[in-house]
Amino acid sequence: MRWVVLTLGLAFLWAPIALMAAYAFSDSRVPFEWGGFSLRWFVALGENARLLEAAWLSLRIGAAAATLATLLGLALGWVLARHGRFAGRPIFGALAGAPLVLPEVVMGLALLLLFVGLQTLTGWPAQRGAATVWLAHSSLGMAYVAVLVQARLAALDPTLEEAAADLGAAPFTIFRTITLPLIAPSLAAGWLLAFTLSLDDVVLASFVSGPGATTLPVYLFSQLRLGMTPEANALAVVMLAMGAAGLAMALALQRRLAI
Amino acid sequence: MIRAGSWLALLVLVAAPLVIVLGMGLGTSAPGVPPVIPPIGARGWQGSFEAWGLMVADTYYLDAALRSLRLAAITASLCLVLGFGMALGIAGAAPRWQAPLLALVLLPFWSGFVLRLAAWVGLLRDGGWINGMLIRAGLITEPLQLLHSEGAMLLGMVHGYLPFAVLPLTATLVRRDPRLEEAAADLGAGRWTVLRTITLPLAAPAAAAAFLLVFIPAAGEVVIPEVLGAPDSVLIGRAIWGEFFQTRDWPAAAALSTALLALLLLPIALFQRLATLK
Repeated sequence: MRWVVLTLGLAFLWAPIALMAAYAFSDSRVPFEWGGFSLRWFVALGENARLLEAAWLSLRIGAAAATLATLLGLALGWVLARHGRFAGRPIFGALAGAPLVLPEVVMGLALLLLFVGLQTLTGWPAQRGAATVWLAHSSLGMAYVAVLVQARLAALDPTLEEAAADLGAAPFTIFRTITLPLIAPSLAAGWLLAFTLSLDDVVLASFVSGPGATTLPVYLFSQLRLGMTPEANALAVVMLAMGAAGLAMALALQRRLAI
Repeated sequence: MIRAGSWLALLVLVAAPLVIVLGMGLGTSAPGVPPVIPPIGARGWQGSFEAWGLMVADTYYLDAALRSLRLAAITASLCLVLGFGMALGIAGAAPRWQAPLLALVLLPFWSGFVLRLAAWVGLLRDGGWINGMLIRAGLITEPLQLLHSEGAMLLGMVHGYLPFAVLPLTATLVRRDPRLEEAAADLGAGRWTVLRTITLPLAAPAAAAAFLLVFIPAAGEVVIPEVLGAPDSVLIGRAIWGEFFQTRDWPAAAALSTALLALLLLPIALFQRLATLK
C-alpha cells in the first residue's frame, strides 16, 4: 500500500523528464514528436554559441557564489551555534534565516534596489551584471549553508575540541585540525546546494543582472517565451547526466566517510 | 570579530535591502534612470502614498493577493498529502535503499527548472504530446485546451515544490521510533488507527514545516504561473514582476512586495519557530 503512493509520486516527478530524455534523440523539429533516432539536437546544442556562453557564465557565477556563500554561511552558522545568547541574537537568527523564506520576487526587487542605492551613493556598482548576480546568489546560498553548518556544529562531540585545548592547542589550531575536518561534509553539501540554487535561478538574476550578463536560466526563460526547439530536451539530458554523476559521487563519498 | 563580520554581511545583504523596499513603497514614480524619486532626498522628506493608494483604489490587487494565497494553500496541501505518502514509503524501505530513493526524489531538480517547465509546455500545448496521444487513441477529435489554465499551473506548482515537502517529512519519519507503532499494533490497533493515533501526531511538526516550506515561496511564485497559467489570472508575484519589468513603476512594485511580506509574516514566523524547535 505505502509503495503505491511512492511509486505514483516518483512516476509523476519523472514523467516529463523521461519524455524529455526520450525525445532528445528524436529527429523531428517539433519537441515531443518522434521523427526517428538522431543526435542532431546534441550537435545543435554544441553549436549554439549564445547558449554555451550563458552556460559558461552560469557555471562561473555558480562556483563563485557557492564559494562566497560557504564562507559567509560558515561564519553565520558558527555564530549561531557557538556564541550563545548575545545582544540581538533573535534578530541575528531571523536575518540569517530570512533568505530561506523570502519570496524570490521580493528578494530580487530588494537586492536590485540595494544595488541602485549603492550606485547612487558610492558609484559602485557602475553597472549591473555578473558581479551583482554573484552577490545576490551568495546572499541566498549563505542562509542554506548556515543552517547546515549550525546543525552540524550543534551535533559535534565537544570533548574532541576540549581534548585538543587541554593538550595545549591554540584556538585556530583546534579549528583547523579538529572542527573543520568534522564539519567538512556540511560545508561540501552547502557548497553544492548553493551552486545548484545559483545554476537554477531565474528570478533573482532577472532583477539584478544587466545587459551583457545573461545567465543560462534567464536565457532559457526568454527562449521559452519564443517557443523552444528540441535542443531543450538535449540540454536536459546533459544536465541530468551531470547531476546524476555529482549525486552518485556525493553518495559514494558519504558511504566512505560513514564507515 | 567573526560575529561583527557576520552582522555586517547580514545588515548589508539582508536587512538593508528589506528596509529599502519598505521605504521605496513611499517613493514616487517618475521618468528617468532610475525611474523613481526616493522618499528622502537632499531636501528631506519628499515621499508620497501614491503607490499604496493605487493598491486600495480597486480590488485588482486584493483579488491577486487572495488568488495567490489560495493557489499557495492548494499547492501546499497537495504536496503535503502526496509528500507524506512518499515519505512513508521511503522511511519504510530497507535502510540501504533510503538514500537512493531520496536521491530519486531530488534528482529531477538537476534537469533544470526552466527546462522542466519547457517540458510541461511541450506536453500540454494544443499540438503537444498529451493531445496527440488522446487524438491517436480516438478519445477526442479536437485538442483540449490544457496549457495556460488553472490545472496546468497547479500541476507545474506541485511538480516543482513536491521535493520540498518530501525532504522534512522523510527526515522525521526515518528517525521515528518504530516500537511505538509496534506497541500499538500489538495492542490490537488496526493499520489506520496506528497511522491516525501514532504516526500522524509524531509527524505533525514536520508536516507543518513541510506545508509552510511550500506555502511561503508558492505565494510569491512568478515563473510557473507565467509559463503555465492563464494570462489573465493575476497573482501577487506576477503583479510585482509586471509593475517592475513592464510598467516600470518601482514604488508600486515595492509597495506590493511590502504587502506580500505582511501577508506572509505570520507563516514565516511560524516556520522559523518550527525550524528552531528542532
